Amino acid sequence: MTSTTVTAATLRSLPFTVILGTGLALLIIAAALLAPYLAPFDPMRMAAGPRLAAPSAAHLFGTDEFGRDLLSRVLMGGRLSLGIGVAAVVSGLAIGGLLGLLAAFSGRLVQAVLLRVIDVLYSFPDTLIALALVAFLGPGIENATLAIAISLVPFYARVTYGLAAAERAKPYIEAAQLAGVRPGRLVRVHVMPNIGQSLIVMGTLGFSSAILSAAGLSFLGLGVQPPSPEWGAILASGRNYITKAPWILLFPGVAICLTVLSFNLIGDSLRDLVDPRRKGRP
Amino acid sequence: MSSPYLSVRDLSISFGSGEFRAVRNVSFDLARGEILALVGESGSGKSLTSLSVMRLLPEAARMTGRIEIEGRDIAVLPPRQMEDVRGAKIGMIFQEPMTSLNPVLTIARQMTEGLIRHNGLSRREALAAAATCLEDVGFAEPDRVLRQYPHQLSGGMRQRVMIAAALALKPGILIADEPTTALDVTVQAQVLDLLVDLKSRYGSGILLITHDIGVVAETADRVAVMRGGQILETGTVDEVLGAPTHEYTRALLASHLTVEKSLRLRKDETGVATS
Amino acid sequence: MTSTAILEVRDIRKTFTASGRTVHALNGVSLSLEKGETLGIIGESGSGKSTLGRIAVGLDTATSGSLLVEGERLDVLSPSLRREKLRKCQMIFQDPYSSLNPRLTVGRQIGEGLFASGVSDWREIRGTVADLLERVGLKREFAERYPHEFSGGQRQRIAIARALAPGPEIVVADEPVSALDVSIQAQILDLLAEIGRESLLSYLFISHDMAVVARLCDRIAVMHRGRVVESGPVAAVIENPQHPYTRNLLDAVPRFGRRRAGGKPTPVELPRHEDGDAFVAVSEGHLVLQAGGLRAAKTV
Repeated sequence: MTSTTVTAATLRSLPFTVILGTGLALLIIAAALLAPYLAPFDPMRMAAGPRLAAPSAAHLFGTDEFGRDLLSRVLMGGRLSLGIGVAAVVSGLAIGGLLGLLAAFSGRLVQAVLLRVIDVLYSFPDTLIALALVAFLGPGIENATLAIAISLVPFYARVTYGLAAAERAKPYIEAAQLAGVRPGRLVRVHVMPNIGQSLIVMGTLGFSSAILSAAGLSFLGLGVQPPSPEWGAILASGRNYITKAPWILLFPGVAICLTVLSFNLIGDSLRDLVDPRRKGRP
Repeated sequence: MSSPYLSVRDLSISFGSGEFRAVRNVSFDLARGEILALVGESGSGKSLTSLSVMRLLPEAARMTGRIEIEGRDIAVLPPRQMEDVRGAKIGMIFQEPMTSLNPVLTIARQMTEGLIRHNGLSRREALAAAATCLEDVGFAEPDRVLRQYPHQLSGGMRQRVMIAAALALKPGILIADEPTTALDVTVQAQVLDLLVDLKSRYGSGILLITHDIGVVAETADRVAVMRGGQILETGTVDEVLGAPTHEYTRALLASHLTVEKSLRLRKDETGVATS
Repeated sequence: MTSTAILEVRDIRKTFTASGRTVHALNGVSLSLEKGETLGIIGESGSGKSTLGRIAVGLDTATSGSLLVEGERLDVLSPSLRREKLRKCQMIFQDPYSSLNPRLTVGRQIGEGLFASGVSDWREIRGTVADLLERVGLKREFAERYPHEFSGGQRQRIAIARALAPGPEIVVADEPVSALDVSIQAQILDLLAEIGRESLLSYLFISHDMAVVARLCDRIAVMHRGRVVESGPVAAVIENPQHPYTRNLLDAVPRFGRRRAGGKPTPVELPRHEDGDAFVAVSEGHLVLQAGGLRAAKTV
């Protein structure tokens, strides 16, 4: 009956992709959280070793053009990348979710206007929106986070609207309306418990996109500013040494790839679990 | 009616560990030219019984017993041979015709497929046969219907198309699982008339699965009352509905509302209230 | 018109526009529901009966025409007064599964109606909820359970308790028993009748099932293609049907002692009604819509 409930049985029969994705994600998160203890060197310390040294026992990931230890930089960079991702997803989901709920539960006119605006914004790639916003707000970590959060709003608003609108048409919601339950309480008590799970899943799907946007902005010099270690920023500084020291690009690049991959795997599989309509489809 | 066309013996169906048997030792015969109704409430096992005759049970179900068609046990047929039995020997119509019609294919395409495959007709012959069947189920312009898609037809029309498609293959028996439950009463009356007509004209045997004892009374020749996976009582419609021997049948008849009974009950009540 | 009508609809029209096509769901329906009365709306799919029910409780709005609760037109009231009036109109839905929230306890769902009508102490609400559960034939402690733990018939009882919670005077029941087994149907019908008598409720009872309507209703209105074609006391209409559609509908109901003859469906000639058509009285309170004819009478 309640096909959206993730039960113990469904957890046991989880596909391999979820286990892989979750394992990877946990590793990455743990690495980011424990980075200060794991990092063998201060990521900002120049000449911790020779310049542009290849990976070795002393510097597992090698060093960059200033002789900074790359392993330490990638580890500490993960903190920034994931931090930006979490902050952007949480605020993007909050704003987008509110807009989506507003569209689903307001009058015809407000709904039409909101949906049009959301649709237009949704038709732009989110990275493009983030880029335009940072160009307007100015570079920097806070502005980049804000820009990425806003770039996710159309996606979250649309998803929330879809879920809430389907919910609104259900007889039990209509019955609650008839009983005189006010709109705010209706959404909080009657609608949210039914769509919350799906919204959290959608949150994970936006996370990888946020990480990519963050790296992209930093790579272009609009996000995290050097010398702070962020994956995109490390990539940007390493691009001049692509032939001499490819490891500067390799390790942060792999870190971005794995992070995006793991969260996409989790998000996609969870979406299949909570959305009965997609069950059994590739 | 010396030997029945369909003969079901000791049919049992269980799920999972096998402790619970959803259908228990069900036996019945169906001859050509008669309508046998399986009547019962939800969970009585009537639909599972009909699905097992088509060998369309869900994979988790385990079935024992014999299902003979013209003396041949089809319960043990390999799937490939069963496909030939389905359609050619047994036709089936369901409660919701929309789910059993393919929405992206024309009616012509869906009706001729089986004819071409089972009966070896050419496309042209198959189309002509399909048109005749559509006419038989009351379509004045069969060629127009053939060009249409399921969504262009009303619920009653779709059910008639399903019946025509099943009949095109001239099966010995037709299984009708709640064929009128999703339809309006006036359309239901048409579809029931059609089933009776087909029985006498094509000589098909019809296994009618229904929860509506009123439908049984007007349509069926014989009836088997089911509850909890068992047949409680079986006989001609007059015998079973006229003089039920099982308590459950009596309860079923008592709870069945007819317009006349409702009016009488109302008059009794209001009479008491005013006096 | 009358002062005793607790609910009245006057010349209600409703048109839907879907993908460029306009569908006329209701073509000028006028009905009144007296206090304590059960009015049956009978019709087939597409007759507009469900749309009428949704408009009567305020889940839908009419394209034109007016809705009166206790003699007051709702469209001229302030939003808060309108909400107040509409709380007197509750609804019981057809599907006992989708009409209960799977994530809320039964007690919570019933209690929300009390909370919304101003009771803010949940301890008090819980007590009233338990009373309501008892009244619909369920155990008091069922309040703590979730809907999936109940059968279809029990769920429909819960839905009835929920509809009663805000203290309605009018209950619109849209096919409340058609998803249930016959043995359960009888129990739910009896429960509705009993509660209606005790609380002096007025029911708008929407159904496609002539036998069910005949069991519960004082008066019936037969709807066809968005119009009421015949209305009157239940026995009068059923025993002496005048409109061809009513006769057709009654004839189609399965009957004991009659055998289906078979044969191709013969199309029934039904009159095409227009907006000018008027009702003719057959007997006291028994009205039938006449095609064309009485256009002259309308000009008076």
